[in-house]
Amino acid sequence: MSLTDAPDEQREADEAAGETDDEGGKLVGQGIDRREDAALLTGRATFTDDADAPRVAHLAFVRSEEAHADVEAVDTAAAEALDGVLAAYTWADVEASDAPGVLPISAEALDCDPPGHPVLARERVRYHGQPVAAVVAEDRYTARDGVEAVEVSYDPRPAVVDPVEARGADAPTLFEGAPDNVAVTTDLGDEAATDAAFAAADRTVEVKLENNRLIASALEPRAALAEYDAGSDELTVTMTSQSPHGHRRKLSETLGLPERSIRVVAPSVGGGFGHKGHHHPGEAAAAWAARRLGRPVKWTATRSGNYLAGAHGRDHRTTAKIAVDDDGTIRGLRADTDAGVGGYGLGGGASLPGWYGSLLSSEYAVDAVHCRTRSVFTTTAPVHSYRGAGRPEAIYVTERLVDAAAREVGMDPAELRRRNLIDPDAFPYETPTGATYDSGDYEPALDVALEAVDYEAVKAAPDRDDDGRYRGVGLACMVESTGSGFETGLVRAHPDGTVTVYAGTHSHGQGHGTTYAQIVADELGVPYDDIEVAEGDTERVPTGTGTFGSRSTVVGGNAVAESAADVREKATRIAAHRLDADPADVTLADGTFSAPDGSAVGFADVAAAAHGGDRPAGMPPGLEATTAYESEATAYSFGTHAVEVRVDADTGEVDVETYVAVDDCGERVNPTILDGQVHGGVAQGVGQARSEHAVYGDDGELLTGSMDRYALPRAASVPHVETRATVTPSPHNDLGVKGIGEAGTIAAPPAVVNAVLDALEPLGVDSVDMPLTDERVWRAIHGEPGR
Amino acid sequence: MGTHDITLTVNGEEEALTVESRTLLVHALREGVGDTAPKVGCESGKCGACTVHLDGEAVKSCMVLAAAADGGEVTTVSGLGGASGEGEGTAELDAVQTAFHEEHGLQCGYCTPGMVMTVEDLLAERPDPSEAEIRHQLKGNICRCTGYQNVVRAVETAADRLSEDPEAELGADAADADGGTASEVSD
Repeated sequence: MSLTDAPDEQREADEAAGETDDEGGKLVGQGIDRREDAALLTGRATFTDDADAPRVAHLAFVRSEEAHADVEAVDTAAAEALDGVLAAYTWADVEASDAPGVLPISAEALDCDPPGHPVLARERVRYHGQPVAAVVAEDRYTARDGVEAVEVSYDPRPAVVDPVEARGADAPTLFEGAPDNVAVTTDLGDEAATDAAFAAADRTVEVKLENNRLIASALEPRAALAEYDAGSDELTVTMTSQSPHGHRRKLSETLGLPERSIRVVAPSVGGGFGHKGHHHPGEAAAAWAARRLGRPVKWTATRSGNYLAGAHGRDHRTTAKIAVDDDGTIRGLRADTDAGVGGYGLGGGASLPGWYGSLLSSEYAVDAVHCRTRSVFTTTAPVHSYRGAGRPEAIYVTERLVDAAAREVGMDPAELRRRNLIDPDAFPYETPTGATYDSGDYEPALDVALEAVDYEAVKAAPDRDDDGRYRGVGLACMVESTGSGFETGLVRAHPDGTVTVYAGTHSHGQGHGTTYAQIVADELGVPYDDIEVAEGDTERVPTGTGTFGSRSTVVGGNAVAESAADVREKATRIAAHRLDADPADVTLADGTFSAPDGSAVGFADVAAAAHGGDRPAGMPPGLEATTAYESEATAYSFGTHAVEVRVDADTGEVDVETYVAVDDCGERVNPTILDGQVHGGVAQGVGQARSEHAVYGDDGELLTGSMDRYALPRAASVPHVETRATVTPSPHNDLGVKGIGEAGTIAAPPAVVNAVLDALEPLGVDSVDMPLTDERVWRAIHGEPGR
Repeated sequence: MGTHDITLTVNGEEEALTVESRTLLVHALREGVGDTAPKVGCESGKCGACTVHLDGEAVKSCMVLAAAADGGEVTTVSGLGGASGEGEGTAELDAVQTAFHEEHGLQCGYCTPGMVMTVEDLLAERPDPSEAEIRHQLKGNICRCTGYQNVVRAVETAADRLSEDPEAELGADAADADGGTASEVSD
């Protein structure tokens, strides 16, 4: 492990190095400015709704006003009679077509076999906002007129929005095969061993908590432009996707078309956060309608439509316990969770919560862990992965428990954490829930965080500041599993010596165009400016998986690195042939191959030779390599975030005075971009902790279906984040990298809540649920009137 | 639905359009004029992605009817720094755009066209804002990626550069600027 300290100075040094191109030095590790920026800053980047097509028609949805109801009738006649309306579709139209029309569900991972989500309601609706009918018109305004003109009659059924209530005997049943609404119950860890550990421990502490339901809220709403070419029978869907090849596969299932006849293009995409990796009705309906109408069809979600019917995140209710000895040794952890998964399973969304417990032991050497999770259908929008996807839920439970344990045994929370950290010599380390951590050195990250937040001084200070506000400091240690699955990287040198890198990931803010070029420039030995990166088109990129789960640098970065090394190897053999030298003696730097005798040949000449010129006998032409990279094992990032707060007991207002994020993601490809990922993740995590909450009324109406009701963090409500790093490379990949994209959303919620609970300890407050709005904090201090 | 024949001057170019009474300025710009720089994030004045300058003031173009903007002068982010009409390959960025690039003040870039236009307006009115003032003035522009930290740095950097370099101009007033802080950036 090494320390990267004084980030601002480091960053300036990185930038200076990047701008001077650091002769002969590596580009990996430099915080060079992004090449993506110019197009975005001048308005020239093309996002999906910016794309146009001749004779494009616009699709808009009629959305259910009921949370749970039988659809008795849908009357589209008045809509179809409007000038400019081309068609109004219901499930009957989809059913009569050759398309299945259903978004597939991964039912094999469930205890029941519920149907997938139909693109338009089939007899019944199961959440407020579910698409019931689709109107296609000459322009987007007329499409909305058509939506207004469609008449739907419903026979309402009871709604149930809380996953705990949904398991009750009186709750309405959503699907016949799951009478108690439980889609699947998942057990992780050893229940009997955990029982024994709890029985043997000096003390046990219980915490009940809610991981609040969230809406991803990428600033660009989801959208699709579908174009069907009847001549070639090819469908091109330009769409807001994090996972072009994944969406092509899912569209093929919903439309009943072979994957080879579908092209998915994901141009500039305005934020994803998991949400744009999922398969939703809008994109599929636009594609279906384009084939049916023989015209391009564009669908762009309204903000409220996106909030009502786009996949939500989190929504856990948990009772958790920790067993601890008087000396602070953690003996065991257990959690029992009801996770709301909404009115339909989207893909693997309904089984996803079952895996959250795999990270419950986090950075701690705990021998006994058990987690039981029930995924529960509720009459709400489907729930699926949102930035973090199970890791924030796990770490929030763990870090709340650890603070509760420290309080119970009267030990400083930092000290209790330190005593239980996994030893740096214990890696690879297998957890009781079956995860195998690749590498870690947790104590230095904790120490850097404590020092940066001036922990001892804050702890030693009086409970209240001079102005009377309560002072608190909170910690969150965390691990994050990153880099799962396979990814492709194709590196192709063109005959003129320029290079294109084709990757199956997709950048929607992460800056792959810059970071992959840094990696390939180092591996291939050609100038950075000669390398372009292509993503987001199933016709340009042969195959791939996509960007989610903090995976791109780990699997995508290593894929392009391996391909670059292969290309270099072949190019070196061609150069050696041209220079009449042994390949082992030929070096490549800044695009020039050199032999020991001083003779040299440029990479461009070698690339030209590879494409039909003078090359070694028997060597096939071309200069490219494709790697389908699969990580040997998951890479586990880690770190500690520390927060100092002030709480005004009279108003419930919380101010974050200091926020320190210490993250270790192994080797750091571009520190500027890394810091940006942490800033943004922390802002989303602070949003969860302080203001964001998707709230349903008891009747199933989404009460937070717009940006004035769903409280996103704004510039003045987000703290300045001081970023620090330690560097513990992953032994599982050649670049030594781990992912970082989700660290902030994982660590920030427990760090903020622990800080507030620390501040409120003198007032006897030991629990409060997110989001910590002023009102909730005030009620935690002053009690609930009338209760 | 009534229609209106209107004229807008967009980034210095006069555009004649026929719009419905209900047509929002942002849709007139994007689909009538063909300038897709202003983005639609909420259609309700909450996110700020559609921010443009109308007659020199920053406005959310989803909150203005196109017909009400008849005769107005509109500047979008594509009209800053002499970038309008430039060919492919390079773009000239003004002081604010350059600072966003240098400070990594954007990630996905969807909020950026609106964020930059708000900052142009902010710096025209307050050349030397404090961090708290910057954060307060950005309250109408949501960014979901950056956590605002590098946006704030970009504003501070742009303010510093504008105060140090009397030649530098804000792009909104300098569609023809070719000197100052405009810089060539590889695309």
